[in-house]
Amino acid sequence: MSTQGRRVAIFGATSEIAVAFGRLCAEAHDRLVLVGRDPEALERLAADLKVRGADAVAILPADFNHIDGLSEMAQESWAPFAGLDLALVAYGTLPDQKAATGNPAVAAAALHINFVSPALLCDLLAARFEAAKAGTLAVITSVAGDRGRQSNYVYGAAKGGLQLYLEGLRHRLWAAGVRVVDIRPGFVATRMTAHLPQGGPLWATPERVAADMDKAIRRGSAVLYTPWFWRIILLIVRALPRPLFHRSKL
Amino acid sequence: MPHSARTSLSHTSWGNVIRAEHQVVSPDQPYAAARVLTEIPAGRPAIAYGCGRSYGDVALNPGGLLIETRRLDCFISFDAEKGLLTCESGVTLAEILRATSVPAKDGSGWLLPVVPGTRFVTVGGAIANDVHGKNAHVFGSFGCHVESLDLARSDGRILTCSAQNNAELFAATVGGLGLTGLILRATLRLRRVEGLALETEEIRFARLADFFALDAESAVGWEYTAAWIDCLARGNQLGRGIYLRARHAPGVSAPPPSLGPRRSVPIAPPLSLVNGLSVRAFNAAYWRKLGTAERVRRVVPYEGAFFPLDALGGWNRLYGPKGFFQFQCVVPPEGAEAATAELLAAIAEAGQGSMLVVLKRFGHVVSPGLLSFPMPGITLALDFPNAGADTVRLMTRLEAIAVAAGGRLYPAKDALMTAESFARGYPRLDRFRGHMDPALSSAFSRRVGLSDASDGSGEGR
Repeated sequence: MSTQGRRVAIFGATSEIAVAFGRLCAEAHDRLVLVGRDPEALERLAADLKVRGADAVAILPADFNHIDGLSEMAQESWAPFAGLDLALVAYGTLPDQKAATGNPAVAAAALHINFVSPALLCDLLAARFEAAKAGTLAVITSVAGDRGRQSNYVYGAAKGGLQLYLEGLRHRLWAAGVRVVDIRPGFVATRMTAHLPQGGPLWATPERVAADMDKAIRRGSAVLYTPWFWRIILLIVRALPRPLFHRSKL
Repeated sequence: MPHSARTSLSHTSWGNVIRAEHQVVSPDQPYAAARVLTEIPAGRPAIAYGCGRSYGDVALNPGGLLIETRRLDCFISFDAEKGLLTCESGVTLAEILRATSVPAKDGSGWLLPVVPGTRFVTVGGAIANDVHGKNAHVFGSFGCHVESLDLARSDGRILTCSAQNNAELFAATVGGLGLTGLILRATLRLRRVEGLALETEEIRFARLADFFALDAESAVGWEYTAAWIDCLARGNQLGRGIYLRARHAPGVSAPPPSLGPRRSVPIAPPLSLVNGLSVRAFNAAYWRKLGTAERVRRVVPYEGAFFPLDALGGWNRLYGPKGFFQFQCVVPPEGAEAATAELLAAIAEAGQGSMLVVLKRFGHVVSPGLLSFPMPGITLALDFPNAGADTVRLMTRLEAIAVAAGGRLYPAKDALMTAESFARGYPRLDRFRGHMDPALSSAFSRRVGLSDASDGSGEGR
């Protein structure tokens, strides 16, 4: 039975989408490195994933805001299983656009945690995958990154910037046989969106999103919209002519 | 009210009869859940809410606070030598089967010793309702297999309870309907079976007396037994049905079932699809499901046999916007046949048939809870679409027959029983009261007089 699973690091492991994804990895008997802020939450998740079938679980408490620590973080994620087959970058926050408007500190913090930090971490991970000439780098961005909208453009710009960054990395890593998967979820019912009225046909569960991610990562798809209908919605949103778009409340 | 509480109209119970506004909190760590309990203001009690699979009102608190436990969903440890599993209270039985019931090469494996008709319930809910399954006559109720549990109380204490430690509180909490505190974690004793698959037999029987004969014959050698009854048959066909018995098939494995239903009812139809016509057609068809054979024997995975209710997700929606009532009683062995006949006759007479009428014998394994439902005797379960006063009248009549026979009703399925019926059916109620947590109460506990009726509800605010 014990076909050895993949070596997987999850950055931002205790977010709900990451937890659901980690559980799929556990069922597949993968070896996991859980990177996150709260050591107790990591311990709790590690125990859970072991019972659910993970071959081995290591935890790595870390602060994603601390840019100077990213290099060490990448290195430490590589250590427990002497390399990685998959790195999932899953951290981020949803800033309040109104609070960020006219408040540079709030906006900068949002851009930092949603763009600067993950982009730089991806660069460090990319170098390691490139040297190994194998592996998959998967990153959760957002459908919000597809077009700037008045209601959410700080978050949207960070995620859109990250999408472009990943496109560049994908181009660069193609020769080395390394896949870069850009995961763009729509509305997901999690803590991050708990202040919004969750429910209705556009809302998905973390488990649904994680199952889609798992398929896309195994296939090595470049861009995943999850659930699938967001690809169509965003196609329309991007195609809206400006005169029409400007009159919308989007 | 805890500051993170949100308003919800969608927290209903499985029968969908009671629709109300609740405040809801969803703590995502055990310590956070314990803290919520300490923040509940006096006179505004809360109740725990898991998967919403109780039929009536044991997990509802209209106008008040629900503590959702579904995010307390982490496993803590599994000792694969001893079969001891420790997990948080929001873990579902489906998740446990998925994680621990992985067949070995020889087909053997660990299995939850007791499962109810659906695997989409939380461990906390299974304990609080002390649920039972088709093997209750051999393995007792779910609570018989709880090694220990951690209970948070509103005074801030977290107590580890077992048959040895805080034994009285343990007895009150198993089957305690969430009224003694909030269950944070539990350790369960799993059971090793020689084959995860089942050898099943379905046998058609022509009248109620035959059920008792078949049941006596099956007592030795068949650990899972239950019968479906054609509730529309009358006269000398009264109580005819199909007897199902099963046992593990040594050396034959079965995969764990899926974490969610494979097919679901997408939306509620505007009218109940369960009505006189469809019930008549269903019962007639089901009675003939074995074809010309009197007896069908098969070896099958346990999924279909244990979890008939999980084949179609959201099946409760078929009953339309008015929902449905469930009725389940147990009557003691002496006079059980007469009482069962009387119940079935009352149902057939009322013409308000039910799709799934299940008859089963409970054995002498003692359930540990002060308010545990199972006791020696015969249990009958069925459901009726809510057709208003007529349905309530029938339910009241069934309740009276069961109580007069010395029986009792199952709180997890009940939405109507009186305080008097409850007190007569559960003689250890007074011992239970002493263990209740003042910060907790439910629509059920207020209805049956366990809690102060003026508490909780948002009325008059």
